[in-house]
Amino acid sequence: MTKAPHISVQNLNVHIGNQHILKDININIPDKKVTSIIGPSGCGKTTLLKTFNRLVDNTPDVNITGKVLVDNENIYDPNVEITEIRKKMGLLSQRPYPLPMSIYDNIAYGPRIHGTIGKQELDVLVEQQLKATGLWNEVKDRLHNSATKLSIGQQQRLCLARGLAVDPEIILGDESTSALDPISTAIIEDLFITLKEKYTIVLVTHILRQARRVSDYIIFVYMGQIIEFGPTEEILLNPKEELTKEYIKGYIS
Amino acid sequence: MQIRIIKDKIISKLMLVFTLASVSVLLVIGIGLFYRSLPLLQKISFYHLISSSIWKPLKGLFGFFPFIMGTLWVTGIAIIIALPLSLLTAIYIVEYAPAKVRKVLSPFVNLLSGIPPVIFGVWGVLFIIPLIQDHIAPHFVEFSTGYSVLAGGVVLAVMIFPLIVSIISEVLRTIPKELKDASLSLGATQWETIKKVILRKAIPGIIAAVVLAISRAFGETIAVLMVCGNNAVVPHSVFEPGYPLPALIANNYGEMLSIPMYDSALMFAALLLFIIILLFNLISRLILANLERKLSA
Amino acid sequence: MKKRKFEEWCVKVFMVLATIIVTGSFFLIVGTVFYKGFHYMNWDMITKTPSGGFYIGKAGGILNAIIGSLYVAGGATILGLVISIPVALYINLYLKSKLIYANTLRLVFDVLFGIPSIVYGAFGFLIMVYFGIRASLLGGIIAVTLLVIPILVRTLDEVIRTVPNELRDATLSLGATRWEVAKVILRQVRPGIFTAILLSFGRAIGDVASVLFTAGFSDNVPTSLHEPAATLPLAIFFQLGSSVEEVQGRGYASALILTIIVLIITVLSEILIKRFSKHKIQ
Repeated sequence: MTKAPHISVQNLNVHIGNQHILKDININIPDKKVTSIIGPSGCGKTTLLKTFNRLVDNTPDVNITGKVLVDNENIYDPNVEITEIRKKMGLLSQRPYPLPMSIYDNIAYGPRIHGTIGKQELDVLVEQQLKATGLWNEVKDRLHNSATKLSIGQQQRLCLARGLAVDPEIILGDESTSALDPISTAIIEDLFITLKEKYTIVLVTHILRQARRVSDYIIFVYMGQIIEFGPTEEILLNPKEELTKEYIKGYIS
Repeated sequence: MQIRIIKDKIISKLMLVFTLASVSVLLVIGIGLFYRSLPLLQKISFYHLISSSIWKPLKGLFGFFPFIMGTLWVTGIAIIIALPLSLLTAIYIVEYAPAKVRKVLSPFVNLLSGIPPVIFGVWGVLFIIPLIQDHIAPHFVEFSTGYSVLAGGVVLAVMIFPLIVSIISEVLRTIPKELKDASLSLGATQWETIKKVILRKAIPGIIAAVVLAISRAFGETIAVLMVCGNNAVVPHSVFEPGYPLPALIANNYGEMLSIPMYDSALMFAALLLFIIILLFNLISRLILANLERKLSA
Repeated sequence: MKKRKFEEWCVKVFMVLATIIVTGSFFLIVGTVFYKGFHYMNWDMITKTPSGGFYIGKAGGILNAIIGSLYVAGGATILGLVISIPVALYINLYLKSKLIYANTLRLVFDVLFGIPSIVYGAFGFLIMVYFGIRASLLGGIIAVTLLVIPILVRTLDEVIRTVPNELRDATLSLGATRWEVAKVILRQVRPGIFTAILLSFGRAIGDVASVLFTAGFSDNVPTSLHEPAATLPLAIFFQLGSSVEEVQGRGYASALILTIIVLIITVLSEILIKRFSKHKIQ
């Protein structure tokens, strides 16, 4: 038997109020690869991403049916401890949201709530994550300054480092570069490519070129349904579905 | 299970308890006041209580009509004075005033709303009473001490300025600029635009502001008590004294315990206030919430 | 054509006049209180308690009322915070996905906010009778706490709502529990909490009707929760009714002091609100 995929979605339906946002989603996200979810705005791609770590629970009047298996465990099972699931997944949102504390404390926040409190241990961890995201040299002299003083690009990398510090298996990115300048965007994209050796990465993006640059697989979502899923090259160069073709040509936006 | 998760569960239950407890205050107040006014209600019919004008607690006669009229007079006068002034001020602040002037003006509205009721009362005694007694009343009536429903109304009007101004300004601000531009580009003057387009859109908000102001005026106690004269007869002109319900409660609380039924009567007054204000508040809040939803959709 | 222009001009004049009346009334009130109270202000007023007997004693100051007011307003605000912070967090964090409950709760607090203080005073008195508490500092604090809870909850709710959902999501996705998220949010809105405290304190220190039957009155500074306590607004109310000029003067001086305290509080909270909106995450 092959190992179960990190994320496996089965018959997932999401309603918000009386709108049917996601319809019969079935998909296995490939391990240790970058998978991009693309589609026109409002198609449900961000909602889909948020079902993976149950942040969608916080949407008003939401109703979810079906299963999302993470490491073979249905995260919508009422007995599941949700904080453990979320710990497995780092989230990088559209804009950076540093916690209202210092750079150091931002990264140490996750490990601390999960029980790592030794100063030395934390020091090592902070340095390690800052290096992994290429921030160390830029901030090592002001670790105890407020995180909000950093530039937006630096803040976004800090948020990535913060997510990595709880030792996740999966990274979720929700249009993580849309607020950034081109240089910061390139840095983040490069980071994704490096990080996929250790992590399974799922990105939501509306930029086709970005999907092509960083991802191994693409999921095309339209009107709440998965239209097509496959390796990046195949989807972009040789799509099977008419809708995908039109979207890629730019007819639907 | 980890301690922190148990902790989260316990805290969430605790928060629920706090929330339910503080919300149920509304219910408990209603029930408590009703329960305490029950002895009176069992003896004298509700209709008789609110329609009789005879107030003789020592003889067991409790007619609330003069107090209800006193409340209505002061509130009416206050709204008649405050509504036009506040409406014009709100329109000026939102639509006309240059940014600089607006920045200076809005804090004063807030400062006014921060002044405690008793200070309004002091001001009423020192400023409004002599003004009415010496300069206004002599033109209309032979004699007035100044302590009158007019004084109460004026003081209340000033007290509700900030409330009406801030709600109406907020409503005006939510009206989309495009609507105004459309009217202006048809050649309407600014005032015509305000009159025919903006105010029409803002009417529910203005109604809500007025209803809220009325309920505030109904319940205001100390400032009114200090200037109203507190005479338990139905006033027939603005220069006559009145005796609003809240003042009745405040003035007599100390001595009520020695006279039978008196405390029940005062609790009935409080219950009356409570129910009217509850309804008015509900109405205006629902209008405002509805407005907000419509505009955000 | 001319008529339209004239109408525009007229309306504008009326508007400016109305604005002058509305904002001017603030200066008129504060001016009157200062003019009358300044004459009676002296060092004794704020350092001594009244002597020579209630209502007629000519000597001394109003230290009893100043301290009493601080106790009542401070106690009520602290007690109110202890209750309101959990409530505001509960509405925003725990009920987030059930909008109808959250909004119903908000409506109830709006309505509670509108209930006049005389009703809270009467109700507070009922509670005291029920539990056998005499008119005292404790009674005053209980009644005023009821009065400020809606203010605190509404203000805190508004403040917490300004925190972007993404900050919550970011914290949750690190595996934090809701309580841990709540702590991050409280840290984020700290200036907003100060604003709420100031608003509540300002309302509490100025209110008469709620303490009228619950706090009692005394010429001494209360030394325990069970002693009656004087408050500034009541000191004004009672002393103005006296026929002794010096006692009336104490009333005017109390009015001046109360006005100054409240003005300082309002200005501070205005500044804080401005600051707060500046430091929001853009």
